[in-house]
Amino acid sequence: MKKAVRHIFMLLAVLLTGALQGGVWAQEVEQGVAQTEATDMSAEVVDVEVSDGATEASEEPEKLDVVGLIFDHINDSYSWHIATHKGHHIEIPLLCIVRGEGGDWHLFSSAKVAHGDSYKGFRIASEGEEWEGKLVAEGGDGALYRPLDLSFTKNAAGLMINALLMVAIFLGVARWYKRRNYSIYEVPRGFVGAVEMLVMSLEDDIIRPSVGKDYKRYSPYLLTAFFFIFINNLMGLVPTFPGGANTTGNIAVTLIMALATTFVVTVFGNKEYWKEILWPDVPVWMKFPIPLMPVIELFGVISKPFALTVRLFANILAGHTVILALTCLVFISVSMGTTMNIVMTIFSVLLSVFMLVLEILVAYIQAYVFTMLSSVFIGLSRKEHHAAHKKN
Amino acid sequence: MSLLTPDLGLLFWMLLSFLIVFGALAKFGFPIITGMVDKRRQHISEALRAADEARARLDGVEEEARKMMEEATKRSSEIMATAVSDSQRIVTAAHERAEAESAARVEAARRQIEIEKEKALGQMRSEVAMLSVDIAEKVMRTHLDSEAGERELIARLLDEAQNNTNAPAKEGER
Repeated sequence: MKKAVRHIFMLLAVLLTGALQGGVWAQEVEQGVAQTEATDMSAEVVDVEVSDGATEASEEPEKLDVVGLIFDHINDSYSWHIATHKGHHIEIPLLCIVRGEGGDWHLFSSAKVAHGDSYKGFRIASEGEEWEGKLVAEGGDGALYRPLDLSFTKNAAGLMINALLMVAIFLGVARWYKRRNYSIYEVPRGFVGAVEMLVMSLEDDIIRPSVGKDYKRYSPYLLTAFFFIFINNLMGLVPTFPGGANTTGNIAVTLIMALATTFVVTVFGNKEYWKEILWPDVPVWMKFPIPLMPVIELFGVISKPFALTVRLFANILAGHTVILALTCLVFISVSMGTTMNIVMTIFSVLLSVFMLVLEILVAYIQAYVFTMLSSVFIGLSRKEHHAAHKKN
Repeated sequence: MSLLTPDLGLLFWMLLSFLIVFGALAKFGFPIITGMVDKRRQHISEALRAADEARARLDGVEEEARKMMEEATKRSSEIMATAVSDSQRIVTAAHERAEAESAARVEAARRQIEIEKEKALGQMRSEVAMLSVDIAEKVMRTHLDSEAGERELIARLLDEAQNNTNAPAKEGER
């Protein structure tokens, strides 16, 4: 009880300081804006450029480009940007790996191509160009082309960090058992107990009922999928460095996950499954001269991974976008005056907290849904006997 | 829009990291956790079943003991009953035999007594006869010693004879 009360107080305190800081920060920004405006108005001759002015918002120096900010975050990037302090970008350079036109591989730090710089002919395409924000190079004929790009980008780094975190967590839990010589009399508590409970809840509630009798064979994959998505979702909600990469909100990531499920379904699908697709139990005219039903079924086969991909990607993307937009409310409302700014700041922080909590729920739900649907698809591909028509 | 077009590089890194995670955890992670929990569950269910069995067996043992007890009491009471009846029978039989024996012995004794009595009576009779003959001889001798005596005797005998005819019952008394 006492602990709970303390936690609530802590939360309130954090909230308040967050609100205050947001307010203060906003005021600072406002002051900056005011100053800039003042200088703009008084000394137009000087042509003030507060920031380095090379890249962003050169015509409206302090107007926050919310859409650009949001897109910067939800899109992948070549370096891991943490903060911009007084025009100085604090960012972690990452590795660019590209293969040029001639088939030669180039490895270089992303710092070399930052801020419009060009390195060995490679540069990041600027706004308005084709392949905006991606590494491009000029080919022999002078036209821009996109090289084969395997750069270790922000999302790739995020994926690796999350992957290593996940491996550390679960190998750690497995080690807990090993250290106790796999004794059945040792029951884990605390973190290991929580992990065990979560794993078993998934296996008992989703995997076993959905997959069917040889669920043991698929449960490692399904559990990996669940926790991979779950950890990536959660780490995506952490604002800065080890987290913050919008991994599961990237279509490439969810596509691989969905393809993995499709791979399992296709490779381990039994005869019954393929018969259901290619020669279902319907009147012959529906499948012989024109293969009507097989086409519909094949469409189902394709739509399954598509649905898995888009559902996860869109949910996480939307969550990130909403949180960022709410956070940006603080800076947008600066131009509305101090009182309005403070009100909006408090509103923004409260809503952001709410959204973050909601996103934690969504992180779990989306991982759960992905795992459940994967289990169901695998279960359908392992159907023992034709029981009822079930088409997805 | 670049949001909806998967990037080749990221596809590659995603595949790589997912395979790393899957490779590590599908072998050394999840199967150990689920295996341990399954093992524990199996152990718990086995222990429960064993406890149930033990309880059932205990119940059976108690029941058996109760039955044995019952049977033993029944047997003992039966034995007691048969013992009582046996003893009664034996006692009765002994009684009967004893009675019969004693009766036979009494009978034999009586017969012996009868025989002895007969014998004694016979002896007595012959003795009495002899004695009376002796007495009669002696009397006759004394009386026949003198004439007077002879006459007197004859007279008395005659009297007696006369009395005998008058009162024959008198002779029957002897």
